[in-house]
Amino acid sequence: MNAVKTKPLPKMTEQFPINFTAVILFTVIGFVIAILGNICIPQISDGVKFKDYIICGLTLNINSAYRIVLAALALVYLLVGIFSAFDKDRQAKYKKRAPFRFAVGIALLLWDVLGTKLQALPQPFFPGPAGIIEAFLAESGFIWQNTLYSLRLFAIGFILGVIFGVGTGILIGWFPKVYYWVSPVLNITGVIPAVAWMPFALTLFPTPFAAAVFLIVICVWFPVASLTASGVQSTPKAQFEAARTLGGKTPYLVFHVAVPHAMPQIFTGINTANAFAFTTLVMAEMMGQPGGLGYYINASKVWSAYYKVFAAIIVMAVLFSLITKAVGLIEARVLRWQRGLLK
Amino acid sequence: MSDTILEIKDVNRIYKDGENIVEALSNINLSVKQGEFVSIIGSSGCGKTTLLRLIAGLDHPQSGQLLLDGEEIKEPDPLRGYVFQQGSLFQWLTVEQNIAFGLKARRVFKQNKHRVAEYIDMIGLSGFEKTYPHQISGGMAQRVAIARALINDPDVLLLDEPMGALDSFTRADIQDKLLEIRRSNNATMILVTHDVDEAIYLSNRIVVMTPRPGKISEILNIELPHPRHRGGTEFLAIRRNILEKFHMASAEPEPEYSI
Repeated sequence: MNAVKTKPLPKMTEQFPINFTAVILFTVIGFVIAILGNICIPQISDGVKFKDYIICGLTLNINSAYRIVLAALALVYLLVGIFSAFDKDRQAKYKKRAPFRFAVGIALLLWDVLGTKLQALPQPFFPGPAGIIEAFLAESGFIWQNTLYSLRLFAIGFILGVIFGVGTGILIGWFPKVYYWVSPVLNITGVIPAVAWMPFALTLFPTPFAAAVFLIVICVWFPVASLTASGVQSTPKAQFEAARTLGGKTPYLVFHVAVPHAMPQIFTGINTANAFAFTTLVMAEMMGQPGGLGYYINASKVWSAYYKVFAAIIVMAVLFSLITKAVGLIEARVLRWQRGLLK
Repeated sequence: MSDTILEIKDVNRIYKDGENIVEALSNINLSVKQGEFVSIIGSSGCGKTTLLRLIAGLDHPQSGQLLLDGEEIKEPDPLRGYVFQQGSLFQWLTVEQNIAFGLKARRVFKQNKHRVAEYIDMIGLSGFEKTYPHQISGGMAQRVAIARALINDPDVLLLDEPMGALDSFTRADIQDKLLEIRRSNNATMILVTHDVDEAIYLSNRIVVMTPRPGKISEILNIELPHPRHRGGTEFLAIRRNILEKFHMASAEPEPEYSI
């Protein structure tokens, strides 16, 4: 019998571990060095414009904004460190990551020197870190707008795709006739990259937005449907028999035995679909959307504003990680019964 | 008390396995009274599980009739609770959700909510309500399976080797639990087992079946008072008697019964 494990809340009365302070300092010092480097190393190469932007009443140029970002990162890790100090598991985790975080600070310093101070990297393709910040200083509103466009497109396409996928998956898995007629179609159309349908989608749908939603729906639909079907089909007969002797009728067996049994596989499908959907989203946006991060990349590329391309890539990295994390949290919640069963 | 609740008349069940025809059950006649505990024993392939599945309505005979309270058995029904061999609990439901499954499937959960806790208490699993099947032992899981079937108030509880995969201490523990439930509910129970001791310990009657074709070779009344003592003289005499019948009944002696 495994007792349900709950983490005790940190006790503030515990003495702050002194050894751990060194670990926190080690983590933060990389970023501090990067800040000092940015201040102390003079601008050697010319060609970098230090335009002043006024953000929230502060006058910032790219260097001062970059230092604020670095300071914010250092502060976050400092706070995380202090929070982690009161828990053995968190301490170990934090300690394990300390060398990496230190290295990130040093890498940023090198990048800053090579990219901004010396301009030793091919320009304008590889701006320094401070150069990328400029995109956010200059047009954060526009980036935000495009991010929301992408997010909305993704959310609608993804959710519809999952609903259709689970629906057809249940039908295919439950009815042998549907399996016979639909699964070959699914297997053939499923391997086609969704963006290949782009020309049709653009003519068939009234708006580019609807066309892109369609592409995301079909790229999500395939993996979710096929894995739902196989999850439903693999439900042991004994489970259905048990449910029937307990008074369950057919619809109850579908939704309270087959679907929950298929849930781990449904989530495997959803996770695969998630990765497909990011690719489809960005490609669709680059090929003909009036907005979105893919559109922003394309629009910036035309003006050789590669620092904006990098800015969009950073936003994508953050956005897609957050979405993946959110799906992971939902999965952990739905499949909480599996905890301790696998591994 | 002596009303017949279950009647099995001239039941035949044949399986076709490619070219082979297997007579799983041949001409079975049996009636079970209200409140009786009947065990069906026999070697593998004698059709004892097939017979239990027919009673449950999970399978159908080619000919003959199965009647519960005079009504023909056609489909599975919560009136005939069924406890499977291991692994039939729903992995994604907690202990209490597994027990409540039948109530929810029959849409009577709201008015019977309080009974879930009663049944958890009855099987001695208070404190384990929120745990999942994989977190509890095999013996606990089988007790949950029993409670899950009983909460539907079945006329008959069908037990398909529910203790088959358990160690002997856990097995004895569940056997006593079954007797206790029987005393309090006056439930009718039909147990399929290959454990002679278990059959003698629990039953009013023991139905001995033999394979190829599966048929009833003998029905024995066990009139020992409860609690029965597994090492008692009479107990052992009955045991010897059954084992001897077995060796005569089957073509060759089956060492698995000489525990």
